[in-house]
Amino acid sequence: MDGEELTEQETALYDRQIRVWGADAQRRLSKAHVLVYGMKGTVAEFCKNIVLAGVGSLTLVDDRVATEEALSSNFLVPSDENVYGGKTLAVLCCDSLKDFNPMVRVSVEKGDLSSFDVEFFDKFNVVVVSCCSLAAKKLINDKCRKLSKRIAFYTVDCRDSCGEIFVDLQDYQYSKKKLEETIECRLQYPSFEEAVSVPWRALPRKVSKLYFAMRVIEKFEETEGRNLGEVSTADLAGVLKLKKELCTAHSLDESHIPDTLLERLVTNTAEFPPVCAVIGGILGQEVIKAISGKGEPLKNFFLYDALDGKGIIEDISNSNT
Amino acid sequence: MASQLQLSVVKGAKVLMVGAGGIGCELLKTLALSGFQDIHIIDMDTIEVSNLNRQFLFRQSHVGQAKAKVARDAVLKFRPQINITSYHANIKDPDFNVDFFKQFNVVLNGLDNLDARRHVNRLCLVANVPLVESGTTGFLGQVTVHVKGRTECYECQPKPSPKTYPVCTITSTPSKFVHCIVWAKDLLFAKLFGDRNQENDLNTRSSGDASSSEPAEDVFECRKDEDIEQYGRGIFDHVFGYNIELALSNEETWKNRNRPRPIYSKDILSDQLAQRNGNMDKNFATDDGPSVSAMVSLGMKNPQDIWSLTENSRIFFEALKLFFTKREKEIGNLSFDKDDQLAVEFVTAAANIRAASFGIPLHSLFEAKGIAGNIVHAVATTNAIIAGLIVIEAIKVLQNDTKKYRMTYCLEHPSKKMLLMPVEPFEPNKSCYVCSETPLLLEINTRRSKLKDFVEKIVKAKLGMNLPLIMHGSALLYEVGHDLDEDMVANYAANLEKVLAELPSPVTSGTMLTVEDLQQEFSCNVNIKHREEFDEEKEPDGMLLSGWTQPLPAAEKEDKFIINGARTSKTSLATIEAEKDDEIDVVSAGKKRKLSESFKVADSDLPNAVDETRNHKQFQVIDDEDDLIMLDGGDSDRHKKKRLQ
Repeated sequence: MDGEELTEQETALYDRQIRVWGADAQRRLSKAHVLVYGMKGTVAEFCKNIVLAGVGSLTLVDDRVATEEALSSNFLVPSDENVYGGKTLAVLCCDSLKDFNPMVRVSVEKGDLSSFDVEFFDKFNVVVVSCCSLAAKKLINDKCRKLSKRIAFYTVDCRDSCGEIFVDLQDYQYSKKKLEETIECRLQYPSFEEAVSVPWRALPRKVSKLYFAMRVIEKFEETEGRNLGEVSTADLAGVLKLKKELCTAHSLDESHIPDTLLERLVTNTAEFPPVCAVIGGILGQEVIKAISGKGEPLKNFFLYDALDGKGIIEDISNSNT
Repeated sequence: MASQLQLSVVKGAKVLMVGAGGIGCELLKTLALSGFQDIHIIDMDTIEVSNLNRQFLFRQSHVGQAKAKVARDAVLKFRPQINITSYHANIKDPDFNVDFFKQFNVVLNGLDNLDARRHVNRLCLVANVPLVESGTTGFLGQVTVHVKGRTECYECQPKPSPKTYPVCTITSTPSKFVHCIVWAKDLLFAKLFGDRNQENDLNTRSSGDASSSEPAEDVFECRKDEDIEQYGRGIFDHVFGYNIELALSNEETWKNRNRPRPIYSKDILSDQLAQRNGNMDKNFATDDGPSVSAMVSLGMKNPQDIWSLTENSRIFFEALKLFFTKREKEIGNLSFDKDDQLAVEFVTAAANIRAASFGIPLHSLFEAKGIAGNIVHAVATTNAIIAGLIVIEAIKVLQNDTKKYRMTYCLEHPSKKMLLMPVEPFEPNKSCYVCSETPLLLEINTRRSKLKDFVEKIVKAKLGMNLPLIMHGSALLYEVGHDLDEDMVANYAANLEKVLAELPSPVTSGTMLTVEDLQQEFSCNVNIKHREEFDEEKEPDGMLLSGWTQPLPAAEKEDKFIINGARTSKTSLATIEAEKDDEIDVVSAGKKRKLSESFKVADSDLPNAVDETRNHKQFQVIDDEDDLIMLDGGDSDRHKKKRLQ
């Protein structure tokens, strides 16, 4: 590193985690700038984790005005309507997060993320998007990829008691410890668009059912012009019909996407707080790995279903065809 | 997931959280968000600065305040309508008895020590309240479910006890830095600043060898005419020079070892002491109290730096001097504390000088502090994940959804593509001395060991009892309690000093003792077997307790349980669902690595860290086999291989 030392205050505050990832990683964290879009429960968990970890700055974007529903799984929003009334989610979350760690700069950026130009993203090292349409995800991912500087891009969403993380680290090099040696490794990531367009039959056997189910719902919302999570039991018939079509098009056996799973995903659109904690925790860990360059990052999907308890990594890319 | 049934059990549940630390803060938040309305939380600790990086309910301004209370207030800010009751107390206090536990539907542990975990386990068993247990170290964590009669209890499998080292490794033949730390902390620091009259394995006599005719003299006694500088040099030369020379004279020891190098102060600090005095004066003027620091007075700032031998020596003398000049009143009563800067500086320097002598790599103060203080590595993310998993299991327990209970491991490196790995819980161990009634066996010299030894080394240290009562048939040998009359107290005190065979009701080979803890409402039987001799190195207690780790005979395994022939009977297996095809695989004798090896710190010599990570199962992961996870639980041969639904 550049030889700058951690201050006494930083060493005292971060003592227990420096023992996990080392002083070098801590210095890198303190210079990293993170942008998040979509302040629901899972992202709130993620923000708490990286503010505590001590990133340099965190910028929040979410112009939606707080409602009672938004409170349900987001502990960053105060429960008093007199306090939250009329304020945007980004502003409310920012106020709470500032308090968690005075050494991290937390701020709010107004606007719609898909309208920000490429240069806007140049300020950041990490971009995390949530609660937005398939098209917006692809668009932002592409903008991040247009810059000469490498930006770590993530999407994260939870439905019912399931959660999904997508990771794009582009061309990524990292070091990992094997026994006493440190070895340099390299990974090539596809963009979100490239990943989700990998034909299903080209994927390895035993890819998580949840991966396919999430793609079906996502596609349904896109074709119906809905926002993320704007589905209900009434849409089940339409979702099942779409599943059939997609399975036929991809020559995938329909049993790979159980109807019961799709039913769960359309019925309960509210986040389930324990799953937010789990997914927000895994995402926090991944972002810390990407910033510090230490440890093997996941490539490129993480899927968790509280019903069976498994948290699975799936590599969805053309490289494994 | 959020069905009506689930919402109603969550709303109606009364839960006890034990611990408001790293996991506790996350857990209280997630419980509140998930709709729990009646939460009781207990923690005896107060908030420290090093908590703030992960215990997000606490702020700098809360340092010094009770964790349970501050956590409660913080969560009520975003969920004011729920009930949270906080207790700033030790869960082992008699107030928290079986009746207290019985009022809860489930108990959730976020603890940091084995002792309290065992205590809560026993109370949950007696009160018949399900327990969800958890632990984390760095990126590793686990959640387990313990329901009486359905799953194993927390103590069904032996726990790794804190690591101990043979005395001679510490006193004469250190080979790792941790040995030097133990020497510096438990021998040198204890001798210099703790109770001088306590037995100590440090050789303190400067003579006694043939070359000297003078009577043996204790160099640790500061003579009247001696100034602190001379005194310090005397100690330095004795422990790093003379004692090493003495050890070197025993050729036998060094046949297969590297010979250590004696280090004397004159070789290192010929003229530096004078130079240091200037700084000392400044230090006198500005510093005081427990914030005194040798690093500060020597102008050394970065705790991550590895000091040279000279720097270590300067810190050694400076720290010694500061103790004798600034903290004289405490000398004789000090015990090592990781938060005592000067103590950490002294121990780091002493350990490094010893390490230099034995050709062991030197370490920074930061690292030495971690080893000396048994500091557990902790990050917010793992605690948040584990807390989420605890709530998921707690809801299953409240719904009595027995078949869905899981133990979940949070891994640092994926195994079978998984970072979160669920495993079906094990059945109770039929020979568990806690949740079954199988007696234990104690081999002991009944003509030499006193009742006191049995109470301290077995009843308290091994069986983890708080308020024990010991009976031989109907005769009471020993009891602890507030309401005993004086005669009884005197009687028991007298018994403690007697050897077992000479007790009023003699304890000899074949005797069965009943040991009870009235607070834990836990009782077990111990069969006594007389044995004359014990190996001092391997059995330092002079007694040997066995009986709770016996594996069941092979015949009791179920049909679908397939054990790899290449592995020994110490292997047990558990599979995870391999998609829809219900295949069962057999472990091949592939390349295996211990999961913990990839995590550098977890398998280091830190005794408590081990307990935190894999507090009961050390699991091995097959590298090149795709489908199997092996759980290596020591003698836990009895575990079935199971498929998950």
